[in-house]
Amino acid sequence: MSYFLITRASSTIGTRSCLVNYFLLDWCTRGLSLSCIYLYFYFAVKKSEVECLLRVFHSLVEKANVRLNNFGLDRNAFRAILHSIFGMTDDMLMNRVFFAFDKDNDNCINAKEWVKGLSVFLRGTFEEKLKFCFEVYYLNGDGYISREEIFDMLKNSLHQQTSEEETDEGIKELVDITLKKMDYDNDGKISFADFEKAVKEERLLLEVFGPRLPEAKVQCQ
Amino acid sequence: MGVALARSAQWTAARYGTRALETTPLNEAILEEIMMFVESFIYKHPQEAKYVFVEPLEWKTNLDPSAFESGYIVSETTVKSEEVDKDGQPLLFLSVPHIKIRSFGQLSRFLLTAKDTKLKEAQACIEANEGPVTKILGLDYNTMKEDTSVVNILDKITKEEDPASEIKMKLGKLLEQLDLHLLNHSLRHISLEIRLNPTIVKNDIELLKHFSGKGEQTVLESIDYTSDYEFSNGCRAPPWRQIHGEICYVLVKPHDVETLCITCSAEGVFLNGGKTNDEGEINYERKSEIYKDLVTFLKEKSAKFSENMSKQDVRFSEEWKKEKEEPKEAPKKEEAAAPRKALPASSKSMLEKNQINFGKSQMTKRLEPSLNWKATIDFKEHKSLLRDIQEEKRGGRLERSGPPVSPGRAQLIHKSAEKIEEMISESSSESEEDEEPPDHRQEANADLPSEYWQIQKLVKYLKGGNQTATVIALCSMKDFNLAQETCQLAIRDVGGLEVLINLLDTDEVKCKIGSLKILKEISHNPQIRRNIVDLGGLPILVNILDSPHKSLKCLAAETIANVAKFRRARRAVRRHGGITKLVALLDCAQNSGEPAQSSLYDARDVEVARCGALALWSCSKSYANKEAIRRAGGILLLAGLLKTSHENMLIPVVGTLQECASEENYRAAIKAERIIENLVKNLNSENEQLQEHCAMAIYQCAEDKETRDLVRLHGGLKPLASLLNNTDNKERLAAVTGAIWKCSISKENVTKFREYKAIETLVGLLTDQPEEVLVNVVGALGECCQEYENRVLVRKCGGIQPLVNLLVGINQTLLVNVTKAVGACAVEPESMMIIDRLDGVRLLWSLLKNPHPDVKASAAWALCPCIQNAKDAGEMVRSFVGGLELVVNLLKSDNKEVLASVCAAITNIAKDQENLAVITDHGVVPLLSKLANTNNDKLRRHLAEAISRCCMWGRNRVTFGEYKAVAPLVRYLKSNDANVHRATAQALYQLSEDADNCITMHENGAVKLLLDMVGSPDQDLQEAAAGCISNIRRLALATEKARYT
Repeated sequence: MSYFLITRASSTIGTRSCLVNYFLLDWCTRGLSLSCIYLYFYFAVKKSEVECLLRVFHSLVEKANVRLNNFGLDRNAFRAILHSIFGMTDDMLMNRVFFAFDKDNDNCINAKEWVKGLSVFLRGTFEEKLKFCFEVYYLNGDGYISREEIFDMLKNSLHQQTSEEETDEGIKELVDITLKKMDYDNDGKISFADFEKAVKEERLLLEVFGPRLPEAKVQCQ
Repeated sequence: MGVALARSAQWTAARYGTRALETTPLNEAILEEIMMFVESFIYKHPQEAKYVFVEPLEWKTNLDPSAFESGYIVSETTVKSEEVDKDGQPLLFLSVPHIKIRSFGQLSRFLLTAKDTKLKEAQACIEANEGPVTKILGLDYNTMKEDTSVVNILDKITKEEDPASEIKMKLGKLLEQLDLHLLNHSLRHISLEIRLNPTIVKNDIELLKHFSGKGEQTVLESIDYTSDYEFSNGCRAPPWRQIHGEICYVLVKPHDVETLCITCSAEGVFLNGGKTNDEGEINYERKSEIYKDLVTFLKEKSAKFSENMSKQDVRFSEEWKKEKEEPKEAPKKEEAAAPRKALPASSKSMLEKNQINFGKSQMTKRLEPSLNWKATIDFKEHKSLLRDIQEEKRGGRLERSGPPVSPGRAQLIHKSAEKIEEMISESSSESEEDEEPPDHRQEANADLPSEYWQIQKLVKYLKGGNQTATVIALCSMKDFNLAQETCQLAIRDVGGLEVLINLLDTDEVKCKIGSLKILKEISHNPQIRRNIVDLGGLPILVNILDSPHKSLKCLAAETIANVAKFRRARRAVRRHGGITKLVALLDCAQNSGEPAQSSLYDARDVEVARCGALALWSCSKSYANKEAIRRAGGILLLAGLLKTSHENMLIPVVGTLQECASEENYRAAIKAERIIENLVKNLNSENEQLQEHCAMAIYQCAEDKETRDLVRLHGGLKPLASLLNNTDNKERLAAVTGAIWKCSISKENVTKFREYKAIETLVGLLTDQPEEVLVNVVGALGECCQEYENRVLVRKCGGIQPLVNLLVGINQTLLVNVTKAVGACAVEPESMMIIDRLDGVRLLWSLLKNPHPDVKASAAWALCPCIQNAKDAGEMVRSFVGGLELVVNLLKSDNKEVLASVCAAITNIAKDQENLAVITDHGVVPLLSKLANTNNDKLRRHLAEAISRCCMWGRNRVTFGEYKAVAPLVRYLKSNDANVHRATAQALYQLSEDADNCITMHENGAVKLLLDMVGSPDQDLQEAAAGCISNIRRLALATEKARYT
């Protein structure tokens, strides 16, 4: 039954490569969720890339040695991946990326979430990335990035100056500068509309509060 | 020979096993010299040739025994010379393939026998015999020499009772002579490669000298060369020391230390042994460590020096330190190179500047102080050879340096090459925008705008923040109005420029992009450009061109496009390999032609290529860069890009081509690569700038006839003509009229232009246009008016009046063109009437006083048809007070074109008898006669015409003969130009009316030449030649008759 589905799926997209079929079959026999196979219908990621992502996911899951009933990556494992593969260092940011990946809020990233997240992460269109970044930046769920959140995110961005106070002062000013630049409706917080407008004007602002996406140099490779 | 061989000859790397000489020009030259010495030895020194070597020279020869002839006992495999030593051993013994030779006489003969292969044999001999001198003269002789004293040698030799000793000594001297000769010879070779280096040292010492003297403030008390004699290669060290890379010796007296005697060599600067007391000889031995340059050395040795040095100019030392820390060699070179041109300036007011220069030049050059040699140098130069050689031996022993061409020297050679290149490029015509504006910094306490403080705050974040903060700061900095000078300068003044450039060196792509976006904007400011270059920004920018990130490439190229608007920057771009990289950017768009790639990538690739072209456009204003672009294969890529339809891409591409079209190479390539076709196509574009550059490129290229034809064939004339109607954009108008001017040099094109009614339009453009337009319009009309129809057209359109009005201008190019046009019109009698009425002839005449020879010549040419066609020309000419004298005096010019034109004018003036009389009085005859000895056919023709005209007055014929104008005229008949023949024959005919001239002509063989001319199809020539012959003949008959009666 499943094999039939797979052949149907691959023939719909016009590829009859035996190799692909073989891989798909391989995954099925290893018990991967069938739904993942359809992922490439929904995302801009190429089929072969989905295959790769799934394989990576599989190996990571095995490495992380998680219980089989909760099939996926938990937060710590995911953070380790972000750190080792994408070179992210900021704990808080990694947490946020995790939550952004974890759509169903079950504290575990399953294969679907993994592929979906990474498709944005690696190959996302500008709009997708925009949305992703914004999601990473606001966390209290109100749909706005508040002044306090900005302060939190930027507080490590200056080299330690003579005193704590001075550094805090500097950060506050930086937050002011940022708000002045991005808060178009002057309500003291950044809405998605503000964010979108600012980033569209200057793409550099996409990761304004810290690197969220893989390095450009990684992308280029 | 020994020393030269050991030190100069370039041995192959394999030092063990068989030694082999590398085949280099230097080695070949040395071998050649040695061969010459040996070959001629037997004739020059027959006595010494008989001297038997202590040990034979042995090697493997390829020579066949059968090659030996008389004087040898030849068997199948052996050859013995008949000449034997006192023990009866043959002096030459060949047992195939080994040969042993024991005297110079045999060596000479052997080489003569070897004929073609002698170079090989000599090489084999030298390779096989290490220390030939030892073998020849014996071991003891060589060790004797090591004792360095000539007297010792002489003593030893004379002590030996052996009668051969004298010959031996002579031989020794001869070999040493050869050795020195070889050293000198190879020195010339080596010094060719490092020739700039001594210049650098010299400049630096000159500079130090400038800051030396009595008093506490100077850096040194004195600095002097030990030797006043400078060799032709710029070194002051004696030749045998130059071999070791030593350049000169300097005596330095710092304030606080004793006089130091310093050696400046290619390796560095060190203290030598100082002057030996008695003779003022220098002890070349190194007594200190080697310092990399004179300043380091002196700072080490003299506290006072370093103190005063820093006092003199703080900036100096700063720059110096900075450079020291700078790991890259490239910027160093550049900075050192740049101030070089300022070096000659030595006035006190330039003190500071010189200081900086000095410091910088220190970095790349090595200075060498020297010992007191001064007094003895001339004496030394003429000292006996033996002494020189002794000196050399001693030096050779002490010298620690390795092979003569050390890596250090290679580097220096490289540097000097750089410098040459720079000089060339500096001398090239890069006039525009090259004056660097004076640097003005904002007064610290002036009223600073609020932006200043805000920018300062942002720069603080740039400096102190991590990448996140940096990006935010960069983005908000971008929100300032960066086109405004206040902001641009504010960024610089708060130190932002350094940070921005620094960011480019990081790995943070986002920071780089942000920084470039700002740099791109602020580099529109000339001062900022200069600062960017000063801060070493260009090498970094050039490196970014290699980045895989396309937007980075684009931004970097755009920034370079802005920065490279002045010469130093353009040079820096080239120096760091930027041209090649920029040319490579152009390639992107080529690949995008493949359908496989998505349109998104397409657009970005096109953008990269556009930016590349933009940068090349800026860079292409330097001659050397044009060359570099061509060498990098830029022409083909540009031609390819020209086929695209992206307008904003086409502008920089055409702009670059237009800039480069000033070079012959490019014009040829433009013709060959079918670029003209595309240029013509783009003339039809909507974009005015594009049209302008296309027209400009055509203007540059259309000097070439084929190109003009191509423009016509591709239908380029019509768009050009129609563009004339839009006169609002003056720059475009200038370019378009320029293109029309150059195109109308071809008659076919003129016909087309007439069809398109361009001539009427051109006449309309004669008024109220800027000079650049006028020059081209008038030039075009000048070309068009060569044809009758067009002359009529111009007159009918009322073009003559504005043309004549333009005769009062001051722009030289314009005047040349106007006079030409007026001259062309004057061919038409009706037009001439108008010109005359407008007093145009007087205006033309006054242009003969113009200082510029081109204007003079052009005016004189224009006068010819005027005089020809004016009614009552004679009277008119006379009415110009002093005019005739002016014309005659122009014959004293040394410009051939002026002379030819004035001769033509005189021909016309002399048609009027009265005027001829006047110019004769002004001494036209001797002046014309003086010009007779010329090879310029144009001048010959007009001169002969003038002479023939001037003969018609009074005794002028006789006078021409007296001033010896006749004989050179006869030679004109040998010219290849038929016009010259005609004019000359006519002149000779006139001159032959005088008997003495006939004799001169006959003596110079005129009759034969003239007889040939009689057969010419040209009637005038025939007639004149025949007339002349008849005059000569008649004289001969008359003489005969007189003799027999």
